[in-house]
Amino acid sequence: MTNLTTPLTEEQVRSLKVGDPASISGVIFTGRDAVHKYLYEGGELPEGVCLEGGVIYHCGPVVVKDDKGVWRVTAAGPTTSIREEPYQADIMKKFGVRGVIGKGGMGAKTLDGCNENGNVYLHAIGGAAQVLAEHIVKVRNVYFLEEFGSPEAIWELEVDQFPAVVTMDSHGQSLHDKVAADSQAALEDNL
Amino acid sequence: MGELFESIIEIVRRTSSEIPKDVGQGIIDALEAEKKGTIAESALKIIERNIELAQEKSQPLCQDTGSVLFYVDCPIGYDQISFEETARRAVTEATNRGYLRQNSVDSLTGKNDGTNVGPGAPAIHFHQHQADHVEVRMILKGGGCENVGAQYSLPNTQLKANRDLEGCRKVILDAVVQAQGKGCGPGILGICIGGDRATGYEHSKIQFLRKLDDQNENPELAELEENILTTANKLGIGPMGFGGNTTLLGVKICAANRVPASFFVSISYMCWAFRRHGAELERGGKIKEWLY
Ligand code: SF4
Repeated sequence: MTNLTTPLTEEQVRSLKVGDPASISGVIFTGRDAVHKYLYEGGELPEGVCLEGGVIYHCGPVVVKDDKGVWRVTAAGPTTSIREEPYQADIMKKFGVRGVIGKGGMGAKTLDGCNENGNVYLHAIGGAAQVLAEHIVKVRNVYFLEEFGSPEAIWELEVDQFPAVVTMDSHGQSLHDKVAADSQAALEDNL
Repeated sequence: MGELFESIIEIVRRTSSEIPKDVGQGIIDALEAEKKGTIAESALKIIERNIELAQEKSQPLCQDTGSVLFYVDCPIGYDQISFEETARRAVTEATNRGYLRQNSVDSLTGKNDGTNVGPGAPAIHFHQHQADHVEVRMILKGGGCENVGAQYSLPNTQLKANRDLEGCRKVILDAVVQAQGKGCGPGILGICIGGDRATGYEHSKIQFLRKLDDQNENPELAELEENILTTANKLGIGPMGFGGNTTLLGVKICAANRVPASFFVSISYMCWAFRRHGAELERGGKIKEWLY
């Protein structure tokens, strides 16, 4: 298990290999379709958000305000990442993002970007809403809540040992491509 | 607000937060089948812990609480219209109580009014039976796994699948390979061989009402179920598509008559967060007995 604390350096990211379990502590930012499209089309980051060495989490969390008016995350599993494929590599490069957490993996453009710029794709456990919410210790802030709505907003989350697996590394390797090729070959043997 | 109303809310609560016993056992068995220290094992451990936590806290197992599907067996002369009205109100109340996410979107305007009720939602399937009691079953079907469902029309030249059981086997295994990494595996397949495009999918979903450890009454289909399960678990796709021994937890297949010109194989995929419960109701609507 590799422990990662944000902000991440290129050296740290380059040391990660496909199949490595990792646990992330520090600060991560949620971002899904609306945010990716906005940033890709030239939108500016809201004041207070710095993605240099940062990690984007593909997630539309369920967040409620408790009696004291404090935001709490009650469910926070990853959403399917491939929808951000057209934007991801460019956004990581432009804003200095080092890592992305999501599910299902991403395509060739992102994999090339990871290789070129020293980025990594981390796979969280799909559907594990309750376990993952427990690793989110605090909601620090929220941006674009009005504009994009709660699931699409940028939530700034403090995480403690958030579990994930490296499935696309910065050396051109994708676990998804490997398992796909191996399973296709295994299928042919079993037909 | 009436006993039926409260019973339906309780069915929603349990369905959303508690995995049925047979599926829970499937996950425990899967954990044993994975090699120690692999990422497949650690994925299943997180899933197991998630199941415990959701039940403890009465919180949704997964934040996608899915499409709400009712399957109601009722006696002759039962008032289905009142049931439907009560069920719609109960679904909205269950949403207010946090058992369901605000998860139903108007397909034309993109608006989500937060009630989980609208045209076609929830979906309620009634079926009359000879007994004089009512049984309500519920499935919450998530979007990620629904997206990887597939319907094949045989023959399929590319897959060399003819109009026979071997052809069915080929397209079903193709669907398993295509779904990898997407539907939050390990998954469960519900399959209908035959029917038309609509009824094929409908029957495939009904297969999810069967317990994972039941036995298909048709020996040929029982054999096909077993064969698909064993073969799929040899493909090395594993939990979440990380690689590993558990690609599927179960396979349930039925057959429906078709017209001579068509031969459909309809495959629904259910994620590990398999949410299915049900109860027999007393005359007044109170829960008499849980069915799973
Ligand atoms: S596929 Fe299932 S477990 Fe995965 S996000 Fe959807 S509902 Fe949840």
